[in-house]
Amino acid sequence: MNSLLAYSKDHSLAGSKSVSPFWTMVKKEVADQIHSWRFIIMALLILLTWLGSMYVSMSNIRSAMENVRDHDTLYFYLKLLTITDRSLPPFHVFIGFLGPLLGIALGFDAINSEQSNGTLIRLMAQPVYRDSLLNAKFTGSLIVISILFFSLNMLMVGGGMLITGVRIEVAEFIRILCFVGLSIIYVAFWLNLSILLSVKFRQTATSALTAIAIWLFITVFYPILVQIILKGILPDPNDLSPDQLVIYNQIRHNFLVVMPGQMYADGTTTLLMPVVRSMGPLTMEQMAMAVPSPLPLRESLLITWPQVSGLIAATVACFAISYWLFMRREIRT
Amino acid sequence: MEQAIIAIHGLSKTYGSLKAVDNLNLTIRQGEIFGLLGPNGAGKSTTILMLLGLTEPTAGTAHICGLDASRNPIPVKRKVGYMPDNVGFYNELSALENLKYIGRLNGIPENEVENTAREMLISVGLESAIHKKAGTFSRGMKQRLGLADVLIKRPEVIILDEPTLGIDPAGVRDFLELIRQLNQEQGITILLSSHHLHQVQQVCSRVGIFVGGRLLAEGSVETLAANLFQADPHVVQVTLRNAFKASSEELLQLPGVTKVSIADASVEISGQQDITPEIVRYFVHKGCDVTGVQKRTYGLDEIYQRYFENNLKDKEVHNEQSTGLFQRSFLSRFKKR
Repeated sequence: MNSLLAYSKDHSLAGSKSVSPFWTMVKKEVADQIHSWRFIIMALLILLTWLGSMYVSMSNIRSAMENVRDHDTLYFYLKLLTITDRSLPPFHVFIGFLGPLLGIALGFDAINSEQSNGTLIRLMAQPVYRDSLLNAKFTGSLIVISILFFSLNMLMVGGGMLITGVRIEVAEFIRILCFVGLSIIYVAFWLNLSILLSVKFRQTATSALTAIAIWLFITVFYPILVQIILKGILPDPNDLSPDQLVIYNQIRHNFLVVMPGQMYADGTTTLLMPVVRSMGPLTMEQMAMAVPSPLPLRESLLITWPQVSGLIAATVACFAISYWLFMRREIRT
Repeated sequence: MEQAIIAIHGLSKTYGSLKAVDNLNLTIRQGEIFGLLGPNGAGKSTTILMLLGLTEPTAGTAHICGLDASRNPIPVKRKVGYMPDNVGFYNELSALENLKYIGRLNGIPENEVENTAREMLISVGLESAIHKKAGTFSRGMKQRLGLADVLIKRPEVIILDEPTLGIDPAGVRDFLELIRQLNQEQGITILLSSHHLHQVQQVCSRVGIFVGGRLLAEGSVETLAANLFQADPHVVQVTLRNAFKASSEELLQLPGVTKVSIADASVEISGQQDITPEIVRYFVHKGCDVTGVQKRTYGLDEIYQRYFENNLKDKEVHNEQSTGLFQRSFLSRFKKR
């Protein structure tokens, strides 16, 4: 108690450098995520799939590069991310599957665990804006995800250079960076969705299970549901003319493309395979006179843009709803 | 008179049809320890949340240190330290790390935060647990850490919501002593919310009795007792060897006696003035063996009970059923004590 007496109330806090409350929370969030077992497990899982995919790619790269009919042979490093001998899916397909789990794992208890531990009211009693906490939770996890994806892809480029000595093209490098960016946005969507559920539900188990249920529905059940609906309302594709088949596939694609997983798959395919020039089915008329060559980066980005903006919109929508819910909530112990 | 550090005017909070806080008017002066008394659900915590700007009042204003709590919550939270009833910490972090985090959120510079946090931990008697994880702390240690957590921001006002809940008697005594010292030695104004009457009476200079969202009375315990028990401010408790068989009517005939309560061998007599000699003479004259005579003063228990009774009567008169059942059950439990 003596030191309490010595402790001066007049002592000013100003003068020395202090970190803003928002960045203090972000730093804690990053540290918490990195030290958490769930992140370590997810990161190890992603690292393993990356290693597996890279091993398969490196084993098959020679035959792929010798294929004279392949117009993507110029893009050695993109090939590393995409080629497979069908024993293992390529890395971007793995991310399409594991990315949502990573996002859910990092965000499912963002707010409700603070509430159940009694730390939420303690934080809110400090001179910090309420939204800073939500923003910090998102920013901290996003930083962790970004570092993970960026590191893995840079490891792939560096490893490829070290082993083969092949020079990387600028366009190719930008495509890889765009792929990293798209992967981060995709995982950010799942992160925001799980943060939204953590704001909505008081129990961490409920938010985790709901997030997994949504992921399962989007990944597994929705395509099956679309197939059943199309079967019910449209004629059998085997009985359709080529023109009608194009329309049939277009309708099917329109149904599927609203799902984040499909948006990500379409976006990554276009970015990592420059020869891809359309998301939907192409008719022979559309292909007529087309030069069989890879698309320039700008064209690929134009094709990908609807998917990117769709994912960003879904992410922003989730964040906006969680923001609205959190700001209106009365915080009690 | 000291400056008003907390000024509440017409503060109300309504949840649907439930009035959690109803037209609260209260002034707390600088350097006071003010006790907010009331059963669970009386509206104490809601009032505290409004004071911190954590919930929006339906009507009225609350000013702390001259700042409107709902319009300027951040400056208010810089000046007010709040310890909730169930204070939570990051269990995987040590006491020091927990405190450093709060220090940083309060803008303590990086080069000072560690020393300040250590200082605070030592001041609340947690020097041996500085590097222990908060998850391993007992309830009493957590309350101490909570107090350090509140002190690190150098507050002008401290709000403690049920701070002694779940602590053993020795821990309660130490904690109350710590609060008293903080108030006396640093002049920090303290608002203590509790339903433990004896604890509140020990440390608070003034109390406010809160029931059903309304502040029924405020003032020092002595003032409240004087106002409430004007008719019979003096109480004498006489203990006899054998049960008292006579009627209370005889005792009521004695000059100055206003109320008599007989329970087997114990007789409690209330009067307008000190009537101890007359009472003792009466029992000796009756041939009773007097084994003890004790003059009693009214405490917070009686004041609280009386306000509850009055409030219940009012409710019955007005046929208001909201919260009545709870209060009745609380009162019956209270009477059993």
